[in-house]
Amino acid sequence: MLEKPRLLSFLNIFSGLMILIAAGLVFLYAPIEEMMGPVQKVFYFHVATAWVGMLGFLVAAVAGILYLRTGEQRWDIVGVSAVEISLVFFLVAIIMGSIWARPIWNTWWTWDPRLTTATIVELIYAAYMLLRSGVDEPERRARFSAIYAIFGFISVPLTFISIRLLRTIHPVVIGGAEAASEGGFNMDDPMKTAFFFSLAAFSVFFANLLWHRIRLGTLQEKVVSLRIQSYNKES
Amino acid sequence: MISYLRAVGALLWKDFITEWRSRESISAMLVFALLVILIFNFALELDLRARESLSAGILWTTFIFSGTIGLNRSLAVEKDRGCLDGLLLAPVDRSVIFFGKALGNLIFMLLVAAIVLPVFSFLYGIQVFQPGFLLVVLLGSIGYAAVGTLLATMVVQVRTRDILLPILLFPLTLPVIIAAVKASQGFIQMQPWTEFSIWVNILVAYDLIFLAAAFMLFDFILEE
Repeated sequence: MLEKPRLLSFLNIFSGLMILIAAGLVFLYAPIEEMMGPVQKVFYFHVATAWVGMLGFLVAAVAGILYLRTGEQRWDIVGVSAVEISLVFFLVAIIMGSIWARPIWNTWWTWDPRLTTATIVELIYAAYMLLRSGVDEPERRARFSAIYAIFGFISVPLTFISIRLLRTIHPVVIGGAEAASEGGFNMDDPMKTAFFFSLAAFSVFFANLLWHRIRLGTLQEKVVSLRIQSYNKES
Repeated sequence: MISYLRAVGALLWKDFITEWRSRESISAMLVFALLVILIFNFALELDLRARESLSAGILWTTFIFSGTIGLNRSLAVEKDRGCLDGLLLAPVDRSVIFFGKALGNLIFMLLVAAIVLPVFSFLYGIQVFQPGFLLVVLLGSIGYAAVGTLLATMVVQVRTRDILLPILLFPLTLPVIIAAVKASQGFIQMQPWTEFSIWVNILVAYDLIFLAAAFMLFDFILEE
């Protein structure tokens, strides 16, 4: 348990390599988009980080359900690990989107449905972290955060649907009509390769980070229980 | 089923009696709601055109803010005086506690709305007394009270409870708020029904989803 698993060490190197290759594909292999120019490169990482963010929130909701069903503490560690990592990735996705929007939409920010939903998602999970920090007792903290993670994940699609019903200008790159006027574009094959590879690379990177964070959480637990043990011995 | 409803009714009745004796919650919610409207009046310079488009948003902000005060209070009272443990000892299903408290909170929210709406209508000449609009107020409050009661029960058991409820509640109930504002706007501006009927449908769907989720998860909050 205390030793670092071999596979994890391998995954460190592997995910690093994949990110490097993804960057290579994006900057060297995929062509520069005609209308938007180099700034379109943001897209490959923007979608990948946003995807990883949502993936983590899904993991947290599933871990929440599993925690409530089994009551095993490791599911709580999985949940908080996923949320912590995804909060960062999602913030990165929002910031990168903003960098892209400045030249394309001529503004850093619009109250477009997806941007608004993204902000709310970020706030929901920031609230999740605040909730955790407000509960001292581990079992109760785990239970409450599991419930909130499930509720949060139910609420996200509902928020998205309601805001979507108002008009959107965010480009729907995959399977969207009339995309060109909103800054959308069609991907040719090298672009697709770069895009899907970067999705895969970030997914592996996410799994790698999640594993590290879960391991950290488990070790923290171990330290706490060891401390209690030694305290009991002394007294 | 009958005994279930009777238990919910008993819990509701208890809330009414305690509230009637102190009148603390309702009066605080009401004064707060009127203050919010007052602040909006000065902050936004509500001229005739602005009123039309902003009224729905102002009304819902008022309901939500004052609702949060009521929610916090409703569960904090139970916790502080040890009543929550007493409720847990009662030989009833845990969901009875949820529905009893949620119904109480809903009724308090509606009572505040019943006083705020005429005042608002009087001050700004907005026509709010339409059956459709009142239905929207009911539907929006149901969704808000359902999620709010669930989270408030959780928050009163937390160290940072005074500040946490709105932070947890607002982002989760945002879909309800959006739909309620849009539907209310439709009625206030007298748009044709087909243009905003979807928001009313969505509101019904959200209420059902949130009620079902709260019903399923409430047991875990009180599991001690």
